[in-house]
Amino acid sequence: MLRTRLQPLHPIAWWCWAGALAVAASRTTNPLLLGLLLAAVAWVVTTRRGNSPWARSFAALMRLGLIVIVIRVVVQVLFGDRVPGATWFALPSVPLPSWAAGVTIGGPVTAQAAVGAFCQGLQIAVILACFGAANSLASSFRLLRCVPAGLYEVAVAVTVAISFTPQVVLSIARVRDARRLRGRATSGLKGWRGLAVPVLDGALERSVALAASMDARGFGRRSTSPRRRQATAAATLGGLVGLGIGLFEVLDSGSASGLGLAVVLVGGALVLGGLVAASHGSRSRYRPDRWLVAEWLVVLAGLAAVAGVVAAGSNDPNALVQPLYPLALPAGPVVALAGILAATVPSAIAPIPAPLRAKLRGAVA
Amino acid sequence: MISFDRVTVNYPGASAPALANVSLAIEEGHLALVIGATGSGKSTLLRCVNGLVPHFSGGRLNGTVTVDGRSTEQYRPRDLADAVGYVGQDPDATFVADTVEDELAYAMENLGVDSATMRRRVEDVLDTLNLHALRQRAISTLSGGQRQRVAIGAAFTAAPRALVLDEPTSSLDPVSAEEVLASLARLVHDQGTTILVAEHRLERIVQFADIVVEIGAVRGDVRSGSPAAIFATAELAPPVVRLARVAGWSPVPLSVRDARRHAPELRHRLEASKGPATMASRGDRVANVKGLTAAYGPIPALADVTLDFHEGEVMAVMGRNGAGKSTLLHHLVGLRRAQRGSVEVLGRAPASLAASEAIRLVGLVPQDPGALLCAENVATECRDGDRDGKLAEGTTRAMLESLVGGISDDTHPKDLSEGQRLALALAIVLAPEPPLLLLDEPTRGLDYGAKERLSRQLRQFAARGHCVVVATHDVELVAEVADRVVVLADGEVITDGPVRSVVCHSAGLASQVARILAPAEWLTVEEVATALLETQSEDRTPS
Repeated sequence: MLRTRLQPLHPIAWWCWAGALAVAASRTTNPLLLGLLLAAVAWVVTTRRGNSPWARSFAALMRLGLIVIVIRVVVQVLFGDRVPGATWFALPSVPLPSWAAGVTIGGPVTAQAAVGAFCQGLQIAVILACFGAANSLASSFRLLRCVPAGLYEVAVAVTVAISFTPQVVLSIARVRDARRLRGRATSGLKGWRGLAVPVLDGALERSVALAASMDARGFGRRSTSPRRRQATAAATLGGLVGLGIGLFEVLDSGSASGLGLAVVLVGGALVLGGLVAASHGSRSRYRPDRWLVAEWLVVLAGLAAVAGVVAAGSNDPNALVQPLYPLALPAGPVVALAGILAATVPSAIAPIPAPLRAKLRGAVA
Repeated sequence: MISFDRVTVNYPGASAPALANVSLAIEEGHLALVIGATGSGKSTLLRCVNGLVPHFSGGRLNGTVTVDGRSTEQYRPRDLADAVGYVGQDPDATFVADTVEDELAYAMENLGVDSATMRRRVEDVLDTLNLHALRQRAISTLSGGQRQRVAIGAAFTAAPRALVLDEPTSSLDPVSAEEVLASLARLVHDQGTTILVAEHRLERIVQFADIVVEIGAVRGDVRSGSPAAIFATAELAPPVVRLARVAGWSPVPLSVRDARRHAPELRHRLEASKGPATMASRGDRVANVKGLTAAYGPIPALADVTLDFHEGEVMAVMGRNGAGKSTLLHHLVGLRRAQRGSVEVLGRAPASLAASEAIRLVGLVPQDPGALLCAENVATECRDGDRDGKLAEGTTRAMLESLVGGISDDTHPKDLSEGQRLALALAIVLAPEPPLLLLDEPTRGLDYGAKERLSRQLRQFAARGHCVVVATHDVELVAEVADRVVVLADGEVITDGPVRSVVCHSAGLASQVARILAPAEWLTVEEVATALLETQSEDRTPS
């Protein structure tokens, strides 16, 4: 099957790609590899994101990542373990009573402590950037469109909730403005106290209007009986919960315990049964996202980064960490570098979103 | 197509029925216009058509409503989704998806329409409503007029035989409103859709209507008929109709084009009069804005705006949706601090004053006056107003009484009519007697009667020495109250001049009377009526 001009890449493919890169980042604190991962993610985002408001989430999460790095380093310098090494400078230390053992305030700050903290902060920042990239490339709205029919109601609730939050922020601003127009305090405890009721009131009115509009457009009109629908939804949700708990049990203990495995199997069966039973509904889908060659390639590109980093680690575990004793430049394992390079492939093969294409055409013309 | 048979609607707790004994029939392919004072039950009537009343709203419906042969008694709104499309008052509150295409497809997905048909219909609607260029845009990035068209499209893709719209143009600037109405006309002409639409600003829509349904002030007094027949006597009538009544034209023309055929004769009669009254000279300067520049992120909202505001003057600020009108008002009232340039009211910058001090200098009635009201009842609201402004007890209540009488103390603000709610908000804002009074889009949802009262009051405030600034799309209101008009476009002041020269010489901003009588410079029906009386009495005196 060929891709039509308007069809964007499947959102699940983008989320898999970004998830794989996040996994790769979680395996290493080598600042060289982390920096390259970040560059790869940023490059793909800038070349392949659309112009929806969600496309800006990458920048927002990058900023958040920066804050994380700063906090991580500052906390280490002020309260962290006193790591041995070459002292950069010393802060006045506060002696703590014996019951607070393990906590220190101030003291000598070594280069090793600062660099180590920076690398850990960078790792979290890169994982955040991957999440931001997924949101920029395929918004949560588009991801939610892919949920199976059995979970449709849940997906609608989540969609409404996501679009609801910005409305509440606007509504709070409006109520604060109105308070000022009446000559009342807008800051401090007094200001906030008068806020809750009008904001909730507005939210309630909006919900009722939305419900009316959804009802008038045929929401909830099904040929299946409500009882059957509830049963399938319960089975699917219950199965998912079971699956989650079982998986945690299996992964946490490291060895597959009999009970955990059983819970996983039963949960999986429930989910499958629920989804199959619910897919006989009377809803249809507009332009369902299709899984074509490009989707496979994007997912493989993400997996290549993971494989590269893991392979580098099994060759030489030290290649994945920043050497601290002595402080030295981080290693650049070739196989990891190749994997990360492969992760940038989507910037060449993923379809360009239509609005961006129009802009590019305009720039050429 | 749509028929009401002796329909009565009662809401629990209400003293009178919302609709009483309504019978009417709307034929297939007609555009029916519902008119009536605010609170007369227009919305209830519209929501009956697809069963939102009583299935969704509660209350009790007697009689039968049938659409396309289906009775709302047996069918719920969701089961009528393929027969009736419904577009509510506030499109923003009704979007489910985040992009235009997904929103358009939503109703069809619920109905289980197959993929090929869905794509064809979405394409059709994109073309009919001129949304093609916006198909993949996020809805939150669209302008008001575009959103309204998306809401109409979202109701229309399910290919309903009938479409019901509740005040589709009330928040739009004249040009966007024309676009939306033209789209509706196209749906009627090309696709034979039956449309039922409620609207206050009749001047925009009356020429498209095939039949008019008038809900009278007395409950149950519903008449329907051809526009010419209804408007021959209807109390709520657009300026073109009132002008025809004053000038004695028959049959009553409904569009500016029809009316212009009679115009030469009327212009000739008016030449004998002294011409429209000239405006009074203006008083001292109350406020000024110098080099004001503002932006929302990268989007410029105001660019180097310099304006003076004078005592005793009514100034209208006009411009497209998003031209910077509200931003200008927000700066004047101190909700936003000037990034560049200065804002001064009586020599002080409102943004740097405490809220309780600022309200003595400048007051703003926001677009939704209900936002100002948060108490349980009118009496508490007025008492709070006195306390906020440190005024003598009873000041706000007395102000309210002078604006509109007969509102009982224990009414909840949400139960007031639009006009009463606006009056209450006005009373609260005016009680501390601010020299500068600002109103943002005050005529949204007001019928002609309430609008006329508002115009009179605004003139009175100006006469008492307030400076009144009105940001509005409503050209008829501007023609009636303003002395001076400022037009903003993309944050710049394009025009600043006396109302007569601005309104008469602009294609988009001209009032109906100005259009009919151009090139003579008349603005309102009242002016023409006064002038005609003058000439008649002059004719009689010499004989």
